[in-house]
Amino acid sequence: MKRLAVLALGILALCAIVVADNPLLINGAGATFPYPIYSKWFDVYHTNNSNIQFNYQSVGSGAGIKQVTEGTVDFGATDGPMNDDQLKAYQDKHGSGILHFPTVLGAAVPTYNVQGVTSLNFTPEALAGIFLGKVTKWNDPAIAGANKGVNLPAADIVVVHRSDGSGTTYIWTDYLSKVSDEWKGKVSKGTSVNWPVGLGGKGNEGVTGLVKQTPNAIGYVELIYAVQNNIPYGAVKNSSGTFVKADLASVTAAASGAAKEMPDDFRVSITNAPGKTAYPISSFTWLLIPQKFQDTGKRDAIKGFLKWMLADGQNSVEALSYAKLPKEVVEKEKKAINNIQ
Amino acid sequence: MATTSTTLKGAGPIAGSRSFFAKMRDGDEIARLITFLFAGTVVLITVALVWDLWVNSALPRKVFGFHFFVTSVWDPIMDQYGALPFIYGTLVTSAVALLIAVPLGIGAAIFLAELAPARVSDILQFFIDLLAAVPSVIYGLLGVFIVVPMMRTVIFPALNKPLGFLPIFAGPSYGVGFMTAGIVLAIMVIPYIISVSREVLLSVPRDQREAALALGSTRWESTWKVVVPFAKTGIMGSIFLALARALGETMAVTMVIGNTPKVAASLFAPGYSIAAVIANEFTEATGELYLQSLIALGLVLFLLTFILNGMARLLIVLTTQKGSEVGG
Repeated sequence: MKRLAVLALGILALCAIVVADNPLLINGAGATFPYPIYSKWFDVYHTNNSNIQFNYQSVGSGAGIKQVTEGTVDFGATDGPMNDDQLKAYQDKHGSGILHFPTVLGAAVPTYNVQGVTSLNFTPEALAGIFLGKVTKWNDPAIAGANKGVNLPAADIVVVHRSDGSGTTYIWTDYLSKVSDEWKGKVSKGTSVNWPVGLGGKGNEGVTGLVKQTPNAIGYVELIYAVQNNIPYGAVKNSSGTFVKADLASVTAAASGAAKEMPDDFRVSITNAPGKTAYPISSFTWLLIPQKFQDTGKRDAIKGFLKWMLADGQNSVEALSYAKLPKEVVEKEKKAINNIQ
Repeated sequence: MATTSTTLKGAGPIAGSRSFFAKMRDGDEIARLITFLFAGTVVLITVALVWDLWVNSALPRKVFGFHFFVTSVWDPIMDQYGALPFIYGTLVTSAVALLIAVPLGIGAAIFLAELAPARVSDILQFFIDLLAAVPSVIYGLLGVFIVVPMMRTVIFPALNKPLGFLPIFAGPSYGVGFMTAGIVLAIMVIPYIISVSREVLLSVPRDQREAALALGSTRWESTWKVVVPFAKTGIMGSIFLALARALGETMAVTMVIGNTPKVAASLFAPGYSIAAVIANEFTEATGELYLQSLIALGLVLFLLTFILNGMARLLIVLTTQKGSEVGG
């Protein structure tokens, strides 16, 4: 009985502490791809500013857009920018707009399983052909032409794609839409699409598992996932005609190549970006911040966080294998923070 | 059921003459009320679920109508949604699973209940209960790492060479597909069939067996002609439990079915199931029609389970009436 009383007292005391030290809670939801860096940022930021606590749920970009539009969270996050319809829906509901803030960069890379082949170059035509189901053999001239000296088998290509809706699929299909008119017309871009051919694997691990197990398979995974798990992947020909194997520097290069034409709302696709060293299948990932806040405390906290994220925050992204924002974009974003009211 | 209602009726007049408060003091009425509320929540939850699914799937009903069930295009970009490949995949994988699991499961249950020494039976039962408690993602991994390669290198060639002229065994095989999903599901549901069937067989009264033996039947005849028919309803129950699990299984299926929304005759072709597509696409479903189409799929799965269950119950009723009294 006595022990019980002590326990009860303890719990009461704990509650009292929690009540006394009640930090400002800011809720967000959205993309899963940047979740590791976001959770690290929010954790470090809370350590530095104990009065502010961010709570982020990685429920997916689609759910993030939906929740921020419905107003159930304070901010959202997405791997593909909101389209005009979605922006209008937000405007109609809230009477003010929503702002996109790029945070880090990601990329999708082609991974394959062909016996005896350790390095491959892919042209945009080859990738589009393979995923459209038109290039069906590994020794097709579309692939062989860019890989002189590589012994490619006459085997059927097995295409593997993501089965779950994902930002990686968005980047991949956004790229294919830019380099192939046929892809744009038949399939187009999105987090889930109607694939002309192929098997679906759930998540990066599902795609990797299928590619590893199925002879003569090709699929695409996130760059970070490929790097961390030592998955071999091919180089892709960029818009200046160079074959580039994705790494953090070539992804950031793609962003700086696109930065010159960066629109004011940051809703830009940087796939097939200009620049000799740019990796063509790269993309920003964005935070979605409402333009007007009722709660000034929350507004100031989010503005503070964004400023920190663009300065100190960027230094910690490469440790987690994310590519950091180019300087031009950081400067532009710093100005855009003032638009939050 | 019948016995319960007669006792209650018998107690009725006596109980009715006492005041409400006296009855409450007894505790019987309180217990009745509380347990009734608990039982009622089951109905309430089911109704709420169907209502929610129905209300939130109004848009595809309006846009596609009946075509939703018979078209096979699933295109989130063009906002075209058809449920046929998913319904087909769900039914085919569950059918394959039951075709494998029912004979194996019931056979094992008969052995454990009737033929095996009690100690062996108890030890094996322990392992079966363990299997039933394994999370489905583990079965999915088992599928990915063992069944999928085996399918490509062993099972497919073995079936395709002699039987490849039949469309259902036509190639090529990628390892993943309807058959693979069916096999993994079979492995998952066998423990349920064995466990429940064994329990039912064990509860068959001893005098039934003795009567059969006394009439000169062999051990197997008494098992197959007397004990199993006696336990038929319970065994059917175990099969429905297995079917329900197979229809709704998500994780293990999505890992081995290939996730390709196509209706293919070959069991080796990749396919898709209702539960798998909901799990895969729900988080990123942005458009209202897209989201509601996924919810409509949920409703379809619910109806499918409902219809199959209803048919199964009908089957029991029909076969029991036709047979002798042993079915009761």
